[in-house]
Amino acid sequence: MANAIEFENVSKQYRLGLVSTGTLRHDINRWWQTSILGKEDPYLKIGETNDRSTKGNSEYVWALKDINFKVEQGDVVGIIGKNGAGKSTLLKLLSRVTGPTTGVIRAHGRIGSLLEVGTGFHGEMTGRENIFMNGAILGMTRQEIQAKLDEIIDFSGCERYIDTPVKRYSSGMTVRLGFAVAAFLDPEILVVDEVLAVGDAEFQKKAIGKMKDVSSGEGRTVLFVSHNMGSIRSLCKRGILLENGSIKADGEVNSICDMYLSDSLVNLGAAWEREFNPNKDFQITKVELLDSKGEGKNLFSCDEEWHVRMTAHVKNRVPGIYGYLQFTKADGVAAWVSDSNDIVMNKLETLPLGESQIDILIPKRSLAPGSYSVYLNFTSSQNISGWNVDSPFDVCVFNMTDDRTFRGDKRPGYMSTLLDWKFV
Amino acid sequence: MQPQILCTYVCVTYTYEEASCKEAKRVSEGKQNWDLIITPKDKLLAIDWREIWRYRDMFELFVQRAFRVAYKQTILGPLWFIITPVLSVIVYVTVFGGIAGIPTDGVPPILFYLLGISIWGYFASCLSSTSNSFVTNADIFGKVYFPRIIMPLVAVTTNMLSLAIQLGIFVCFYIYYAATGTELELHWQVVLFPLLIVLLALMAVGFGMILSSMTTKYRDLQIMLNKIISLWVNVTPVIYPLSMVTNEKLYLAMSLNPVTPVMEAVKYSLLGQGQFSWLWLGYSAAFTLVLLVIGLMLFNKVQKSFMDTV
Repeated sequence: MANAIEFENVSKQYRLGLVSTGTLRHDINRWWQTSILGKEDPYLKIGETNDRSTKGNSEYVWALKDINFKVEQGDVVGIIGKNGAGKSTLLKLLSRVTGPTTGVIRAHGRIGSLLEVGTGFHGEMTGRENIFMNGAILGMTRQEIQAKLDEIIDFSGCERYIDTPVKRYSSGMTVRLGFAVAAFLDPEILVVDEVLAVGDAEFQKKAIGKMKDVSSGEGRTVLFVSHNMGSIRSLCKRGILLENGSIKADGEVNSICDMYLSDSLVNLGAAWEREFNPNKDFQITKVELLDSKGEGKNLFSCDEEWHVRMTAHVKNRVPGIYGYLQFTKADGVAAWVSDSNDIVMNKLETLPLGESQIDILIPKRSLAPGSYSVYLNFTSSQNISGWNVDSPFDVCVFNMTDDRTFRGDKRPGYMSTLLDWKFV
Repeated sequence: MQPQILCTYVCVTYTYEEASCKEAKRVSEGKQNWDLIITPKDKLLAIDWREIWRYRDMFELFVQRAFRVAYKQTILGPLWFIITPVLSVIVYVTVFGGIAGIPTDGVPPILFYLLGISIWGYFASCLSSTSNSFVTNADIFGKVYFPRIIMPLVAVTTNMLSLAIQLGIFVCFYIYYAATGTELELHWQVVLFPLLIVLLALMAVGFGMILSSMTTKYRDLQIMLNKIISLWVNVTPVIYPLSMVTNEKLYLAMSLNPVTPVMEAVKYSLLGQGQFSWLWLGYSAAFTLVLLVIGLMLFNKVQKSFMDTV
């Protein structure tokens, strides 16, 4: 079949930092080298791969570097990768919001891009007026919108408010209306950035369903970016994994998703340690997963109690500091979240200065069998600027196994709490 | 009849095969008829009119929106389109005519100021909205593609409608003065009026595009723009007649101001004050052309990736 999209050696360079006299100097130098001396752009030769977390030496980074791929007509492709891997940049280039630094992108068919819902909404205009405006911005003609108006209003579920200015809408309603317009966009190529992660559960289900209809029937080509492996797996046939601006893997969606999930956790074990930094006001230097005997493990039975234990160093008391713990199952879904403010407010504020241990008990028969990762974040509910707080983020991985019940490790879902089937 | 039908059938099959053959060949050679090819650089002087035409509905909606939104949640609503210029004319008549005593060359002051500020106001608002078009629309531009040049066109059109309202007020006063026996000279050049307005709009867009392209990265010019406009109005015969300027050097400087010939021509044709010169207007037109060419080149250069620096 013919190709709908082709990326050929596409790269995109960004400059970090502020626009100032320094940039003016670079601009003048670039202009001098390229326009007057006829040389190559000197700043294209430099630049580093775009790794968000490491400190670089150059102020130029390659958000995308030498991207080559083709998408056949009718393919539904999921693009995955960590934050800053280049997913959104890729979609931006394809939807022509910004241009590539080098390379060529070719496309066959009308491109509809959905990088945000409700683009161009104006608070003073009514819902109905905004449907027309938004549709036109997305490239629909007035007749097309008129023909679908009733369906759009119906899909949004905002019929009652449709002649009220949008500034009176709740944020959820604005999003619903925006997505409803976009859902009836009829391009040959649809480019979607994580817009599904909005609205309430009912609406999300509706949105995913609509996306499925769009992508399964009608032979439409879809490029879809999401962090939710569940929706990627259910919508896409093919996956492209981006890492630091280049394509790391490209293939069947399930294998790509697995690779991404195991990859992002590949360096993690049952314990995590970091060097003590005397400059931090609050930091975690060690996180361990321990069984009831205090031994470090990363395979736990559903029937045992175990602990997440961390070592904290407090140099200065940070007002409003709290911790967030999340167990993420291998499918990318947050299975369990705990907040240090859940039971007692501002508990971490009273942590003594110096080194101390924080222990979280995980009761037996809570998490379902499977692999999980542990994510830890510390921040303040008050203005954090001025405080130097260190968050560990992804720290450990562990597995849960169920060796007691008949269903055992085949139990899907996120809980393993046993329920009694009583006769009453 | 039988053979004929057969013949048609064969022909159709043949064409179909030929077409699919071509398609296969094209695909195997790696050539496809792409609808869209995105490269790092665009042609500098091109305007894709076909694409702009495709977005004509959006253009219209933007113009409509500018009007609907302008005086929402006000009691007087669209009446404000009339009240604002009338108020400023009252101020001008009192301050410049009454207090400062600036002559209007025998023309009723109300007509003189109303025409002057409508025309200048149009130019100034086109200029400022065009030059801010990247920065004010960064939100939309960052999320969706459409020909960026539509925004300046929207500004020019929206402003033209408010100009029309102001000219309507002007015409009312004009008729009133004519009916009450004031002598008003109307010259045949008045038929050129629409062209003069277009010339003014193009000049504003050309200059505005230069400024907007240069302000995406460095905002310095944006800050300067307000100053430029408020200085520019002083070297344009808006609130005083050019005949008042007696200093020769100053007169020359004002004549080189590309807005002056247009302003003078408008005043001459409607009020009989000022001067009309083809040569002078030609200078204005040439100036506009240069501005447009430079503006378009800069605009095209910047529009592709301005989102990275705005």
